[in-house]
Amino acid sequence: MTEIFGVPIQALFGQLMLGLVNGSFYALLSLGLAVIFGLLGVVNFAHGAMYMLGAYIAWLGYDGIDLTHVQVGSSVLNLGVKFQFNFWVALLVGPLVVGLVGVVVEKAMLKRLYKLDPLYGLLLTFGLALIVQGVFLQYYGSSGQSYDTPEALTGATNLGFMILPNYRGFVVAASLVICFGTWFLIERTRLGSMLRAGTENPALVQAFGVNVPLMVTLTYAGGAALAGLAGVLAAPVIQVTPLMGSNLIIVVFAVVVIGGMGSIIGSIVTGLVLGLVEGLTRVFYPEASNVVVFFIMAIVLMIRPAGLFGKEK
Amino acid sequence: MNWLGQGVDRAGKIAWIAALAILCVAPFLGVYPIFVAQALCFAIFAMAFNLLLGYTGLLSFGHAAFFGGAAYVTAWLLQEKHLTPELALLGGVAGAAAAGAVVGAIAIRRQGIYFAMVTLALSQMLFFFFLQASFTGGENGLNGIERGKLFGLIPLDNDLALYFFVLAIFVGVFLLVLRIVHSPYGQVLKAIRENEPRAISLGYNVDRYKLLAFVLSASLAGLGGALKVVVMHLATLGDVRWEQSGEVILMTLLGGLGTFAGPAVGAFVVVGLQNYLSDRAGSWTTVIIGAIFVLCVVAFRKGFVGELLAWQKRRAKKA
Repeated sequence: MTEIFGVPIQALFGQLMLGLVNGSFYALLSLGLAVIFGLLGVVNFAHGAMYMLGAYIAWLGYDGIDLTHVQVGSSVLNLGVKFQFNFWVALLVGPLVVGLVGVVVEKAMLKRLYKLDPLYGLLLTFGLALIVQGVFLQYYGSSGQSYDTPEALTGATNLGFMILPNYRGFVVAASLVICFGTWFLIERTRLGSMLRAGTENPALVQAFGVNVPLMVTLTYAGGAALAGLAGVLAAPVIQVTPLMGSNLIIVVFAVVVIGGMGSIIGSIVTGLVLGLVEGLTRVFYPEASNVVVFFIMAIVLMIRPAGLFGKEK
Repeated sequence: MNWLGQGVDRAGKIAWIAALAILCVAPFLGVYPIFVAQALCFAIFAMAFNLLLGYTGLLSFGHAAFFGGAAYVTAWLLQEKHLTPELALLGGVAGAAAAGAVVGAIAIRRQGIYFAMVTLALSQMLFFFFLQASFTGGENGLNGIERGKLFGLIPLDNDLALYFFVLAIFVGVFLLVLRIVHSPYGQVLKAIRENEPRAISLGYNVDRYKLLAFVLSASLAGLGGALKVVVMHLATLGDVRWEQSGEVILMTLLGGLGTFAGPAVGAFVVVGLQNYLSDRAGSWTTVIIGAIFVLCVVAFRKGFVGELLAWQKRRAKKA
């Protein structure tokens, strides 16, 4: 078998592919964080919890959500419906539900904090993350649930130099489409230009007759929906657990710091590249694979404090 | 007591002395001394954290790394090197100071929200280090650590001796932090918090001030963690997790951000609450802590001591 630096080429490409899949999730999540931060000035600590929520919606949908026997205290409610849906429906339902949660969070809580130091937004969403994580731990325990790969995407394709599991290819392709779709929406459409103007000067945009509060709500919901979508996409390749978001979110924070918060393209590219770097590290020096992103962050901060794509204000 | 600083009024001093008196007699009134000693360790942690957030305006989201890291060092020195507790504590504090110098030097390159994210990421890096390093015992942590004899003379196995040892250190830290925030150095820190560009334009080397504040804060946080090892006989991964970093923020916020004694009060409230809930609510504890966090941010931003001071001010205005 062919080897590169003493590593079988199959294993190398396998890990690179895995890195690219992880990078896709980093890109989707850091993109949502960047969009939310851009307009709201809030670092959404609940992003990891929303990602987890998306994965659980997919898993619960597969298992069936039975609302004919809802236990509330000692009484049993019958809401008369039973949901059961497959992966493709989950791809729609997941982001939608998580986006709705985002609307509630923004309307009920975050809205009150915009005039204060941005640290309060971080702390509020941190508290929310604890609550969501705690509730899921209570109901589903900390052991992982597995979710079957959708039938249409099972199997693998032989690319000659490696065997590519179809689903992993799909994840990378889907997240690329979504990321660049979001980029297009924000950088190239009228709605996007209003969004960017709102980031610069909300009062002026409001004066032009744009409903800024609504735009803010929808932006937060949109960022949350991206996290939910990432969660649904992740469900078949990882173990679905209540804690799946809590460790990932910190890596994503590091990704955002490396890319620079200001740039949408920056968060997409940085996310994908760092996924690949992590994959390579797993091949050549596995002990460091958990920390390599943080290490790169430290180096970037020393050379370019504003991040690779960020502008110093 | 004038050197305690001009910023502290009579009522505040009386309250502190009363609190100290209560702490001195508490173990004789049937309060479990180990519980109070544990709360005092967290109070030290919270005061160290407040030195950074409350007085310098820097939100570190990675302070658990110093708290738990020092705990590991101290536990290792006690268990493997058989040092006396005071030397093991010093070792832990030195470790936290060194880690604080490295993390601080990197983190102060960014401000505000980025500072929080950078400290969080670097502390997570330390978390993985502690998880994989051989001297920490990995997932199991270090257990069954002997308290040893203080200065080789006083056995700390006696809970009362231990309690007063911890209390003495707490009072020492309290006075030290008080001295720091009312010193000319502390005034510069406050100036940086209020308006950093102005402090720079006045000729202060802001980065040096911030780095020193970070190292001081990390060292004292480490002292709290190291002391907790002596009290609880163990050092675990839980102390270096980011949830622990969040908890110390909650203590500070709940007690009163930027007030002097608030974080210590908050530490007692949170530790007390956790002890109370762990028997009754089990795994719901995280949910309740999260809910308090949310409520605190939305509706109770001044915290207990902050509200008390505001009430006192309103009353003084009326009179």
